[in-house]
Amino acid sequence: MSDPARNPETQGAAGGASPSMRHESAPLHVSGSAVYIDDLPEPRGLLHVVPGLSTKAHARLVSVDLDAVRAVPGVVCVLTAADIPGENQVSPVGRQDEPLLAEGEVSFYGQPIFAVVAETRGIARRAARLARIIYEERPAVLTIAQAREAGSALVWRPLVMSRGDVEAGLAAAPRRLSGQVTVGGQEHFYLEGQAALAQPGEAGEMQLWSSTQHPTETQHMVAHCLAVPSSLVTVEVRRMGGAFGGKETQANTPACLAALAAHRIGRAAKIRLDRDDDMLMTGKRHDFVVEYDVGFDDEGRILAVDMVLAARCGWSADLSGPVVDRALFHADNAYFYPDVRLRGEPLKTNTQSNTAYRGFGGPQGIVAAERVIEEIAFATGLDPLDVRLRNVYGTGTRNVTPYHMTVEDSISADIMTQLALTCEYRKRRQALREANRSSPYIRRGIALTPVKFGISFTATHYNQAGALVHVYTDGSVQVNHGGTEMGQGLHTKMVQIVLREFGLREEKVRITATTTGKVPNTSATAASSGADLNGMAVLDAVHKIKARLVKFAAEQWNVSERSVQFLPEGVQVGGQCIAFQDLTKAAYYARVSLSANGFYKTPKISWNAETGRGRPFYYFAYGAACAEVAVDLLTGENRIERVDILHDAGLSLNPAIDIGQIEGGFVQGAGWLTMEELVWDEAGHLRTHAPSTYKIPACSDRPRIFNVALLEGAPNREATIFRSKAVGEPPFVHGVAVLHAISDALASLTAYQTCPRLDAPATPEQILRTAQRLRQQAAH
Amino acid sequence: MIKFKLNGRDVSVDVPDDTPLLWALRDELDQTGTKFGCGVGQCGACTVHVGGRATRSCITPVSAIEGAEITTIEGLHPEGEHPVQQAWRDIQVPQCGYCQSGQIMQAVSLLKDYPDPTDEEIDGVMGGSLCRCMTYIRIRKAIKKAAAAMREEKSNG
Repeated sequence: MSDPARNPETQGAAGGASPSMRHESAPLHVSGSAVYIDDLPEPRGLLHVVPGLSTKAHARLVSVDLDAVRAVPGVVCVLTAADIPGENQVSPVGRQDEPLLAEGEVSFYGQPIFAVVAETRGIARRAARLARIIYEERPAVLTIAQAREAGSALVWRPLVMSRGDVEAGLAAAPRRLSGQVTVGGQEHFYLEGQAALAQPGEAGEMQLWSSTQHPTETQHMVAHCLAVPSSLVTVEVRRMGGAFGGKETQANTPACLAALAAHRIGRAAKIRLDRDDDMLMTGKRHDFVVEYDVGFDDEGRILAVDMVLAARCGWSADLSGPVVDRALFHADNAYFYPDVRLRGEPLKTNTQSNTAYRGFGGPQGIVAAERVIEEIAFATGLDPLDVRLRNVYGTGTRNVTPYHMTVEDSISADIMTQLALTCEYRKRRQALREANRSSPYIRRGIALTPVKFGISFTATHYNQAGALVHVYTDGSVQVNHGGTEMGQGLHTKMVQIVLREFGLREEKVRITATTTGKVPNTSATAASSGADLNGMAVLDAVHKIKARLVKFAAEQWNVSERSVQFLPEGVQVGGQCIAFQDLTKAAYYARVSLSANGFYKTPKISWNAETGRGRPFYYFAYGAACAEVAVDLLTGENRIERVDILHDAGLSLNPAIDIGQIEGGFVQGAGWLTMEELVWDEAGHLRTHAPSTYKIPACSDRPRIFNVALLEGAPNREATIFRSKAVGEPPFVHGVAVLHAISDALASLTAYQTCPRLDAPATPEQILRTAQRLRQQAAH
Repeated sequence: MIKFKLNGRDVSVDVPDDTPLLWALRDELDQTGTKFGCGVGQCGACTVHVGGRATRSCITPVSAIEGAEITTIEGLHPEGEHPVQQAWRDIQVPQCGYCQSGQIMQAVSLLKDYPDPTDEEIDGVMGGSLCRCMTYIRIRKAIKKAAAAMREEKSNG
């Protein structure tokens, strides 16, 4: 396949079924002309919306006096719950537990109570501070421990997965241990904050431009709030400036507030949250406390596992149910548990409503699984890698998950073995241990961890997608599909599919903004499924048009349909080659439709949460990472010295994009587990609400040496789009290797006799605390 | 009325003195390539050049740049073909793209001071420019590629 955008820097990337076409927006990205919501030309008479937020974590609203806010010149109106013509409700899961604007009580510090609509953003911001709100405070439940102590409600039914008899398995095991691991949350910190622009149209129409991963849900929420049918609301998004799950449901509130203002005043209205407001209002990755009880033998083989996975969910359900479910789905990571019971505990707290974040609970479950492996390694004196290799899912036997799905393609052992060889894990581990003996303050550690990540939405109905492809008479093509572009390169991959199928050059194919007006009833672009689902829908649409063109050409030129082929040089019709645009023009004159919609639904999958059984995932994506770190015992600082990753993207749709996802996912995962720390004070005020207090990885935090390779010759065994595999979330998990490498470095303090039980995030403070505890243990 | 030079042309804005340069650029002069990230000078998305030096426009009051020469991403090169922009495309740096105009402006400034930067120099200067897609690995590669191209250009010129 010819590709004019083929790039000499990356064309050697391994494993690809097609070349590494550069991002479709690359020239725009580097010249400042890629348009995000706040960059759109402002409509005449544009109003600006700024929310007024609660300053109490839990309180009855005694009075909300907004007279001073309204009195500010330039303030057009102040919206409260009473101004909502439809439902004051933005629960994405139909729980009716998430009012758009607080009514009667507030449930977290940062909850929107009202929204100022003004001629300028500055006026609105200043006016919002003038509200006089009298609160009657109620006890606030902030942490997992407090929620348990207070007997706090669960925001979702607690899922239980079990197979075999865990009590009997634990009792019969030659060895047994139990413990607890804490894993912190994570702020999305998309560089483009939440933003939406609403433009009222005629007869109640409302057009929105929203930085949303889920235009259909945003459309529904706006329609419900305004009490209009969905057919009057259109939501469009060309691209997001990052999302990472943080715009799957969290974009709904800003969009509804903008729409409400536009509806009420009859003028266009825009909301673009201030960073602090964004961080105070929106949900984050769930932090978890996981208690584990494990039975095993002297060879490090796991016999039984009992885990309780408790999550801080925040004040409303949002997506916490499915997030905690997915933590359970991944609490086995790549390992077979003969007898197992996994229980979820989605706890309600008076904090931001935690939500989707890259991995969707899966990484938290995997951290727990890897802690269990580490415990067994220290208990038996085995290399953790050997414990991992002894417990991975088998083929034929030892291959059933805690949710009764058979793992048909376990390749974890192969990947770990291959990576351990290429990165010389065992040799380096030995060398580091020896070097640590003579290094009093700088200790080094190494770890190699796998990932097995289930691909599909566990909400089975979400696994569908649509596309709309138009071929114009000049031979140019416009592609629309239900997925959204947030930097993951989805649109680029969709263009590649069309180029490959029609044999066209890049300049002939245009991908448009995602809009509910072109492809309706879409799923969120989430669960790594964007390319899998939408790619097949695009392919379906293209195949329909191709079939019509083939039939037409065969009749027109009197050749067999088999002899019509779409090639880079043109369309081969029998012995002659016809330019694509000549064929499409001729087809138009012959009254052949050149537009088609496409549809796809993932086969084979099913899931029953009541029984805890099914096949929730179409397939698994695999990989492994080896990280080496240096830890400074005086300051607690750590540095990632070297990382090697081997990752399974099937036959990669675009190796350059996929490797970019792996590089970025790894660093983001390592950031989550080492430096990103959310801190609430006793009043429930999130104190880390700006980059001045919340630290995400910077340029200097990437590994000194970083080798990323795609697994070669490993087509997806399932019939996905060109046998590729999803790649958005799985590489995030590779950051776990860093946590374990730090733990390995700290284990040197007890001559590798004690499991350090290092909790995440392994901030310098956490490392110093753990080091102190280990020193005390060693002294006794 | 505050006057300055923007991308080579004379402009003036009628805003309060303490208006951050970022908003003068975006709201008054319709130059939206420069982005708002945090508003407190901690993320780098708003980076522009003031008198050729990388500056956080979100914390620079417009009164402070009266008469100065401002360059934004739109003015870096008329066709978007500055060697740093070329390298960014070639190495396929951007994912979501939002922080990249700030990254590029910071990188151009870096290469003025360090025509052949080491990893440590890159880390030191680029450390204040956050990218949540974590494209840092490619940013470093692209800076080195651009540096090589610029040195070659210079020796040929």
